[in-house]
Amino acid sequence: MSTNDTLITDLKAIVKPYIQNQEAFDSLNADTDFINDLKINSANLVDVVLDIEDKFDIEIDNESMDKMLNVKAALEIIETKLEEKY
Amino acid sequence: MENRVVITGMGVVSPNGVGLEAFSNAIQNGTSGIEYYSELKELGFSCCIGGTPAISEELKREYFTELQLKNFNSSGILYGCMAGMDAWKDAGLSISEDVDFESGTVFGAGTSGVEKFREAIYKLDDKKVRRLGSTVVAQTMASGVSAYLGGILGLGNQVTTNSSACTTGTEAILMGYDRIKAGRAKRMLVGSASDHGAYVWGGFDAMRVLTYKHNEMPQNGSRPMSASASGFVPGSGAGALVLESLESAVERGAKIYAEVLGGEVNSGGQRNEGSMTAPNSEAVQRCISNAISNAGIQATDIGAINGHLTATSKDFTEIENWTKALSLKGSDFPYINSLKSMVGHCLSAAGSIESVASVLQIRNDFVFPNCNCEDLNEDITGLISEDKIPRTIVRKNINIVAKASFGFGDVNACVVFKKFED
Repeated sequence: MSTNDTLITDLKAIVKPYIQNQEAFDSLNADTDFINDLKINSANLVDVVLDIEDKFDIEIDNESMDKMLNVKAALEIIETKLEEKY
Repeated sequence: MENRVVITGMGVVSPNGVGLEAFSNAIQNGTSGIEYYSELKELGFSCCIGGTPAISEELKREYFTELQLKNFNSSGILYGCMAGMDAWKDAGLSISEDVDFESGTVFGAGTSGVEKFREAIYKLDDKKVRRLGSTVVAQTMASGVSAYLGGILGLGNQVTTNSSACTTGTEAILMGYDRIKAGRAKRMLVGSASDHGAYVWGGFDAMRVLTYKHNEMPQNGSRPMSASASGFVPGSGAGALVLESLESAVERGAKIYAEVLGGEVNSGGQRNEGSMTAPNSEAVQRCISNAISNAGIQATDIGAINGHLTATSKDFTEIENWTKALSLKGSDFPYINSLKSMVGHCLSAAGSIESVASVLQIRNDFVFPNCNCEDLNEDITGLISEDKIPRTIVRKNINIVAKASFGFGDVNACVVFKKFED
């Protein structure tokens, strides 16, 4: 499994409790939008970000958080923060 | 035209019974919900006993989704939602996909989510405000319980929370009643909830108003009207009633538990002997007599009184106020009981849990027993006959119950329930 696939698997596990559209979740891919596709309540996006921070031991600043609206953006931000860390 | 208002559903989450059936059995059997809590002892409480509803993780999941339970830490909202959802279902109402503009809620609370608030304060003080997550506001805002219920049930009429200390639950019933009577809603889910535990009860322990003499025998600790009453036992939980216009109830073919005839709320203004913590007797008497006249009944019509009666020295004063307001004493006085002898003082939830008990008495023809007053206070029996303070259940047709609650801030509420007759 590539790093990207591992990240997607981790991200899927993180968003799972918050999703309200199972179908979109089952076919989750880079283009999946958290709010429009997964129907995550916008207030819960904050919780998704905190869960990501905990999982990867990173800190996501407000600016990055604003951009984290879909899987692709989330993966990019996680990768960037992980690179900064090591 | 003013609407008649009836009760078509009830739900209750009480220290001595969760769910209407369990609660109904418990109050008829005089089952206590008071237990010893070692955590209170460890925290240095003088009173280490209290009442908390027993709710399994499994039962929670019958009411809440996993997502709702994620980072959930508000016992009052838990109890309130369970009681409210039960009452709604009991009334034969379904949860619609659409908003229901004819239905609302007045669901009271004293505090909301104190444990959640504590969690948040620790994080804040640790400079981790950004790590609070999304759930702090909804669980700690005073209106948390009505906001949750409004969302779960899709309520589109007034959705609000009232707060008037230990009067809260009884006041909520009268607020919902007024709204339906005036034709501004068809149905109002009314009730109240109280968080459990040290962070709610601590302030009362500090005031030395809780009993510290019964830590060894928790179930004997709550002793309203007893000569050995030595302070109240704190409780928690929630009670809920669906109030509905008679027209709507008949149209739906709903079962009717009882009619709400009316009542009164007032305050003693913390004047005369009234204060933040003590009632002004003139106001209490006025509240009761206005409730009787607003309900359009005579004092002699009352079959049973459900008192506030917390098990402090004020029990005598309360009885004296009832005798004066009703101009009835001795053997002419109606039956009187206090649910607090079984569940303790459930604070902001007291008025609604006790109202559910009051209405069950009308529905099922009984007066539930007073526990822990085998040694009745002689000043009280000097005013009213002993046999009006039943220590065992009385099976009897009960047509009208007057229920009163009094709270900090010198606030009073009295509601009158009557067996429904077309």
